[in-house]
Amino acid sequence: MTNVRLLLRYNQSLLLAILLFLGLYGTYVELQPRGYDAFIANSNVNQGFGIAMVSMAQTVPVLTGGLDLSVGAVMTMVDCLASVVLNGSPLQLAWGLFVCLAAGLGCGLVNGCIVVYGRIQPIIATLATGAIFMGFALVLRPSPGGTVSGALSNVLTYELGDALPAALHARLFNYIPMEFVLLILVVVVVWLPFRRSVIGRGCYAAGSSENAAYVSGVNVSASKLSAYAMAGLLSAIGGIFLGLQTQSGEANLVQSGLLTLNSIAAVVIGGTSLVGGVGGCVGSIFGAYILTTINAMLQVTNTILWVIPASPLIQPLFEGVVVLFAVSAGAARVFWVRNRLELLR
Amino acid sequence: MTVPDGTAGPIGRPVLWEAHGITKRYGGVVALENVDFACSAGTIHAIVGENGAGKSTLVKIMAGVVRPDAGEIWLEGRPATFTGPAAAAAAGMSCVFQELSLLPHLSVADNIFITNPPRRWGLINVTAQRREAESLLAKLGWPDINPRLKIRDLSLSRRQIVEIAKMMARRPKILILDEATSALAAEDVSKVFELLLRLRDEGMTIVYISHRLNEVDRLADLYSVFRNGHHVDTFAKGTRTHHQIVQLMIGRHVERLFPPRPGYVAGGPPGLQIRNLNWPPRLANISLAVGCGEIVGLGGLDGQGQRELLLGLFGVLRQLRGAVEIGGQPRRIGSPAQAKSSNNRMALIPEDRKTEGLVLSLPVFENISLSSLRDLTTGVWIDRKKEANRVDAIVRRLQIKVGNVGAPVGTLSGGNQQKVVLAKWLLTDPRVVLLNDPTRGIDIGTKQEIYQLLRNLADEGAAILFYSTDYDELIGCCDRVLILYEGRIARELTGSDITETNIVAASLNVHSPLPAAVAGE
Repeated sequence: MTNVRLLLRYNQSLLLAILLFLGLYGTYVELQPRGYDAFIANSNVNQGFGIAMVSMAQTVPVLTGGLDLSVGAVMTMVDCLASVVLNGSPLQLAWGLFVCLAAGLGCGLVNGCIVVYGRIQPIIATLATGAIFMGFALVLRPSPGGTVSGALSNVLTYELGDALPAALHARLFNYIPMEFVLLILVVVVVWLPFRRSVIGRGCYAAGSSENAAYVSGVNVSASKLSAYAMAGLLSAIGGIFLGLQTQSGEANLVQSGLLTLNSIAAVVIGGTSLVGGVGGCVGSIFGAYILTTINAMLQVTNTILWVIPASPLIQPLFEGVVVLFAVSAGAARVFWVRNRLELLR
Repeated sequence: MTVPDGTAGPIGRPVLWEAHGITKRYGGVVALENVDFACSAGTIHAIVGENGAGKSTLVKIMAGVVRPDAGEIWLEGRPATFTGPAAAAAAGMSCVFQELSLLPHLSVADNIFITNPPRRWGLINVTAQRREAESLLAKLGWPDINPRLKIRDLSLSRRQIVEIAKMMARRPKILILDEATSALAAEDVSKVFELLLRLRDEGMTIVYISHRLNEVDRLADLYSVFRNGHHVDTFAKGTRTHHQIVQLMIGRHVERLFPPRPGYVAGGPPGLQIRNLNWPPRLANISLAVGCGEIVGLGGLDGQGQRELLLGLFGVLRQLRGAVEIGGQPRRIGSPAQAKSSNNRMALIPEDRKTEGLVLSLPVFENISLSSLRDLTTGVWIDRKKEANRVDAIVRRLQIKVGNVGAPVGTLSGGNQQKVVLAKWLLTDPRVVLLNDPTRGIDIGTKQEIYQLLRNLADEGAAILFYSTDYDELIGCCDRVLILYEGRIARELTGSDITETNIVAASLNVHSPLPAAVAGE
């Protein structure tokens, strides 16, 4: 009994995020003139997948007490890379996937090395590398274009289901979107093992109290390095998906910035502390879909909070406000700090 | 020096760990100088000494947290200078630190097995880890601690237990406890002591550092006394009285470097008065008064609430309860800006001049004028000429050695930096001066000047509250000394009662009055 209570208490923020998501999504379905169907669910999951990936990526450095401002840039760069290499025979496709993932991982390792061994503040380091990664993206795709294998795109989105028996297919993939399966796959194959590894726990330890972690004999450097590498890898998965979704590559600076901004908001909404040590990627996925749902509601109602007329031009402004609110709610701890000198740290 | 060399250690047991000629400096401050030390298998070895005697540095060296500048270390006859805490732990050195090494957001089980958790297929086996934590805690005597709890939800006493359990999980050869019992609740203390004695009987070596002589007596087989970075003596339990130990800790007196005390007469105009100041858990019911022209010292061991008392008076702490009067008028001070305002005219010389005292990258003159800019402005602009004149005058008055007042203050020596902090606050013309260990790491000449300056300020009518970790300062400089212990005033010493023996005894909360022979040394 007490253990169940503890479980609830220690996952309070995650539960809150899940409830908030369910409430928002319920409202959205109500607002939907056509009501709920598989097509809408599919497109919602689709819209949010990129943000969900980039938010998961952001979560890991934040857990160590850091931040990665280059996640959007890595995702955009890998999107452009995919539009170059992700084409041709199955063998070429496999090679292309490998190259895309390796590129993301490489970017993450560069970030990690600069932060850990260069001892540069993560914000500055990743702001700079983010600009560099965007530069690579522009070199790869000076103007939007290129092609991404339609076959692979189909496999990843719908046609995989066709290989299943018709009855099972209808039951599963008419209702459960393929991206949802993918998302769970990433969580189970990438995130959960990382969290359960000694190095992953080191990330939590470093974020909780870096000095205590060091004195306890935790390999803080390795943990932080791997956190940024994870961020690069997860951003790359997001980038590949973006390429498959749009069937092309585009070095879109505005979109890259918004991705990073949304990733931070999603992390905070998902219950991960910006100071580090508390939270996880699952919460960030819900955070990402909360943001996606808010935007989807914007499109359905054509107004912000039923008052201000919405237009695509006002969207960045609106998203900025949402992020600010989310982060402020996360910073509420200052009300409990009794020594003002600790506020300044 | 009575440290034996060779295989037979103190009280005839084989030496497990030994150090020869260890020296460690932090900047210009010598923390340990040419220290020889050895501890033997199956003993509890207590290390005692004043603040700054070098105990904590020795412990940090043993645990691989800092590396000595010189000297040799041997563990079981093999060289053992460690590259870091992880290497030291692997070699069998486990240390329970004064500042705990627990991770507040992780569970008890996670913390206990932080570096070496039970694994399955390369991943942490959470279930097994919880089970092992449960059985370890039960074996040590605390089956009621739930390994699922996060550390931040445990009381300080329980955290200390978890810290000990964490060290035991590593099966150490040497267990080092650095003030590890200071936060224990009474019911946990005797259980911890039983545990330590049991471990010793099973053959473990325990190094035990504590300020509490009464506790040490219940545990230790051997005592080693440290003073000013030197290993003074090692002896077996029961061969010295408490008072002899206290005297070993104090050593001889240094020559007089303090200005004469005019002899403050009580009943003068009130300067600062505090009633029932509370800030749980660090401050408990503190009431005191400092008259105009009086220097009141704050003493006691590090971390007994002295810092919080000064910060609280200066408006840094929230939710501070109690009444504060300045010059007989009740005041509520909510921020340092209010504290220094013309109504209150308080000044705080902080503990760490590098983070709280100075803006290191700004030039000397901007640091000096920083707190009195309000007097130096005409309209919204700073009157540069007036500023330059004021700065010049105070630099000359305090004899701050600075080539160019435009140079960054970080380029000055420690003593001169501290003078800049003093200059900054003198320009605000304070009538209440709070000092938080202002002479730490400063050369003796500058110290002398600071003492003279404080006395002059008092003579001009300021009320001065002076926290120092240096007992000589409290004795030489103060009209009255208050000793804090666990957030409350344990003892007030006046006149000829202000002796080192009395201060040390009160600091250690040794209640029995000291015999005249010792008090009059």
